Amino acid sequence: MAEIATQGPMPSRFPGLREFWYYFSMNKGAVIGLAVFTFMVLAAFTAPIFAPHEPYAQYRDAFLAPPVWYEGGSWKFILGTDAVGRDILSRLLYGAQFSLLIGAVVVTISLVVGIGLGLVAGYFRGWIDVAISRVMDIILAFPSLLLALVMVTILGPSLFNAMLAIALVLVPHFARLVRAAVMAEKNKEYIAASKVAGAGSLRLMFLTILPNCLAPLIVQATLSFSNAILEAAALGFLGLGAQPPTPEWGTMLATAREFILRAPWVVTFPGLAILITVLAINLMGDGLRDALDPKLKRS
Amino acid sequence: MFRYILHKLLLFVPTLFGITICAFAFVRLLPGDPILAMAGEHGVTPERYEILKEQFGYNLPMWQQYLRYVGEVLTGDFGISLSTKRPVMTEFMTLFPATIELSIVAMILAIVIGIPAGVYAAARRGTWPDQLLMGTALVGYSMPIFWWGLLLIIFFSGYLGWTPVSGRIGLQYFFKPITGFLLIDTLIYGKFDAFRSALQHMILPAIALGTIPLAVIARQTRSAMLEVLGEDYIRTARAKGLKTARVIGVHALRNALIPVVTTIGLQVGVLMAGAILTETIFSWPGIGKWMVDSIFKRDYVVVQSGLLLIALIVMVVNLLVDILYAVINPRMRG
Repeated sequence: MAEIATQGPMPSRFPGLREFWYYFSMNKGAVIGLAVFTFMVLAAFTAPIFAPHEPYAQYRDAFLAPPVWYEGGSWKFILGTDAVGRDILSRLLYGAQFSLLIGAVVVTISLVVGIGLGLVAGYFRGWIDVAISRVMDIILAFPSLLLALVMVTILGPSLFNAMLAIALVLVPHFARLVRAAVMAEKNKEYIAASKVAGAGSLRLMFLTILPNCLAPLIVQATLSFSNAILEAAALGFLGLGAQPPTPEWGTMLATAREFILRAPWVVTFPGLAILITVLAINLMGDGLRDALDPKLKRS
Repeated sequence: MFRYILHKLLLFVPTLFGITICAFAFVRLLPGDPILAMAGEHGVTPERYEILKEQFGYNLPMWQQYLRYVGEVLTGDFGISLSTKRPVMTEFMTLFPATIELSIVAMILAIVIGIPAGVYAAARRGTWPDQLLMGTALVGYSMPIFWWGLLLIIFFSGYLGWTPVSGRIGLQYFFKPITGFLLIDTLIYGKFDAFRSALQHMILPAIALGTIPLAVIARQTRSAMLEVLGEDYIRTARAKGLKTARVIGVHALRNALIPVVTTIGLQVGVLMAGAILTETIFSWPGIGKWMVDSIFKRDYVVVQSGLLLIALIVMVVNLLVDILYAVINPRMRG
């Protein structure tokens, strides 16, 4: 921990935007990650404008057309086409919408539920804490993908159900984080001061304590965002997430599997899109961790 | 230390209780009638329906059904697979060694490469080898392994033709299992060509499965080493004039390994989740593929029992890791 002392003053509260950016931008990887992620968001929103073809349009004269730099490739289908003649680039661009949607929805659900449970458990303690903590333990006892698989089996395979299942799997991480942070903050003097000033439980929980747990929560939310994209793609790949012909990246991979040796590009690009997106978000996560909370610093 | 272990053991019990409830509830939460769901597409006659209802105890009150279920599980009765008509436990025991073997090889790869990489990166902190190693580790950590597995097949099996695409051993070999680990069984029988075949089949899935643990271990080792390298006793060791290699390799590494061991243990859950994907891609006959296949075959007895057994394994390993952590960490003694 000695290294931290050399890093200059690090405010323990949410730092000002300029200060945050100063520390965030010191991490080159994080800035690259942010740039790539921004590009993904733009790609998702502008897909209807820039996609050269409709994502569902099948070109009967171009099954498994190779990318432009292959022999026989053409500028009409820059990244080639899949087995039923759909333009891969267009599908990838539209697929970005799904990945961002998955990340956003899953993180929102698990964040809200996790914060709620964590606050209640950490603030009230007692039997309710025991109950919540044990349920979280049970969820964590199952390998995440297995639990998500089983949930989807119960709910039925669809993108929405996959998102619900993944959100459930991610809840314990937030709940534990918030619970631990609340317990650490609860006995500090400023809490006692607000209590004396007459603040109620709700006010104490949400307005006094919660803002002080924000830093690790933001980091965890970032990591969960990339996790959600990975798990949703895995479910799609297994045929239990988004259903064909949805241009979700994992689902695209599933349908491309049989052509891996004949037409490697059908497999390569959707996976590459997943990897780049997840990597960009994880790079940002590392940068956020360094910038927001020196105690969490790992690299 | 004993209080800590006792505490962990006490927490184990309610979680155990919880996972049996989850497995129990699973079949009952499935949409539609559980008997009809189990009967599959062929359907059942009304008489057969009543018999099955009686047989599975669905006519009892819920709590009695649960007690009955726990009783069955405790006596090792996990039911009969709907698709193969064999006891689930028998199937599990046949397939489980394949998953364990794959996981062990993947974990060995991850440890043998991950720990030295982490130590080296920490020792060269801030230099380009450090950045390169940690950049690679982050790529590995972000890897969709189902895609990574496919890439490995495209390159090594398709392009180079070095390794087989799927399965566990060449079809011409058959062994009556002794340990169930083909890499060991083939050697016991003294069949070296079969060993070679098993090894060739093992390499790609082990790389795919080991990638994420490898990345996690490398990152964790590096940060644990950096933390330890800042401690006073390292400065003392250096001041004594010990060689850098000795300070890093012995004094620092020994202490840095404590959190790393915990990390390694916690990868078991990751391995089990990874096995589901890896085994599906490489047609590896283990419990991960078994679970996925069973979900698609609507063999819910298998899914229910597999869910319980896998969770149980992960829990037991995590408990052992907690205990091991208490045993090896000198700060926990006394």
